[in-house]
Amino acid sequence: MGPYQFFGYRRENGRVGIRNHVVILPLDDLSNAAAEAVANNIKGTLALPHAYGRLQFGEDLELHFRTLIGTGANPNVAACVVIGIEPSWTGRIVDGIAKTGKPVAGFAIEGNGDISTIANASRKAFEFVQWASEKQREPCSIDELFVSTKCGESDTTSGLASCPTVGNLIDKLDPLRATTCFGETSELTGAEAVCASRAATKDVSDRFLEVFRAYQAVIERHKTSDLSESQPTKGNISGGLTTIEEKAFGNLQKIGKNAKFIDVLKPAEAPAKGPGLYYMDTSSAAAECVTLQAAAGFVVHLFPTGQGNVIGNPIEPVIKLTANPKTARTMGEHIDLDVSGILRRELTMDQAGDQLIDIMLRTCNGRLTCAEALGHREFVMTKLYQSA
Amino acid sequence: METHFIVHDKADSVGVMVVENAQAGQDLTGWIMETDETITLKALDAVPLGHKIALCDFKPGDTVLKYGHDVGRTVAVIAKGDHVHVHNMKTKRW
Repeated sequence: MGPYQFFGYRRENGRVGIRNHVVILPLDDLSNAAAEAVANNIKGTLALPHAYGRLQFGEDLELHFRTLIGTGANPNVAACVVIGIEPSWTGRIVDGIAKTGKPVAGFAIEGNGDISTIANASRKAFEFVQWASEKQREPCSIDELFVSTKCGESDTTSGLASCPTVGNLIDKLDPLRATTCFGETSELTGAEAVCASRAATKDVSDRFLEVFRAYQAVIERHKTSDLSESQPTKGNISGGLTTIEEKAFGNLQKIGKNAKFIDVLKPAEAPAKGPGLYYMDTSSAAAECVTLQAAAGFVVHLFPTGQGNVIGNPIEPVIKLTANPKTARTMGEHIDLDVSGILRRELTMDQAGDQLIDIMLRTCNGRLTCAEALGHREFVMTKLYQSA
Repeated sequence: METHFIVHDKADSVGVMVVENAQAGQDLTGWIMETDETITLKALDAVPLGHKIALCDFKPGDTVLKYGHDVGRTVAVIAKGDHVHVHNMKTKRW
């Protein structure tokens, strides 16, 4: 089992989850009301309302499907009810999730109306939730764990201590064959050459730079200024960050000093090259990024914050750490791990990394994160361009 | 001894304040993480927690180094001990 183990839920396809959700997943914006009604009827289920799914096309539509199928397929989800306005695309989501072998069923509203759809979907959700509630946790090893990271409302303390604490964890877990993921393409601006040098091969490095340049082109096409209130954000600036380059080098501390990233993932694409560190092309907006990482199958998230971002995710627990003593003091209910001792030289980076591993394993074993206890369930789809 | 500011890399030209109530004129103690060295500096401004303090004099257009890397350019004269932020430093990107 190795030095680190935890108790998780082993799913039909062999993947390991740390939560046991029964999700009610709307295909589109129109189906949110029915999905929320089912979740209200059947206790212990979780609706994931969102804003999109109509008249999307091309790569944007593919991303929509990949995100929804990946969310239902995530091992933190025991079973899933899908509700859509019409049967064809609803069926496409159901078929995608069914490949995992987990229980999944779809219901379409057209020709039935909300009320009978809600009744039928509620009966299935009732069956799923009783079935899921008998699932037991079992011992799992660290090489079965998928860990994602992204930081938010960063300040200079993020680059000094909370991001390097995540980096210390990555450096310790990478040799133990954990699967890990970072993203935030725009927030690597200024540090892209250093990031590219951390790719495992020239091909991976080239593909990273290609993705990076494509994102820069989007910013160049749409910008009306030097983004000096969006990137860095107002919160970043009040925390002392001045430029995107400075923010990027702080961000990049999260991948540690030694691990090399072995592949470049599209948004919400599941890793397919075995254990190791992956880079995913994502927005740097917290909820969008974590939603994409959860849809790619990551089950626990490490989120360093400086000024105090409060994000959670409905299916992937988000563990927050800060090195900002003021944030730890004034926003304590949002902070799972306070590493501000590093700044006072009372705590070494190595000790902080061990503390983060400890709180992560406790979270995997069932401890609710601050964001879970506070009900933060930000589920935000990434949209690539206008609908047709 | 209390550490008032931290410097990532020996080559850096700015440090980061890690205490909340430093005053202008105060003699500050800094820690260079890379080399585990202690340095001292007199603050010319009251630099808030998390904000940068200049470790050298700058002319407008100079490059600012942090993490040992280029993180932007100065747009004003900055003296050693001054607050470095959006009023006197800008991105080189976008």
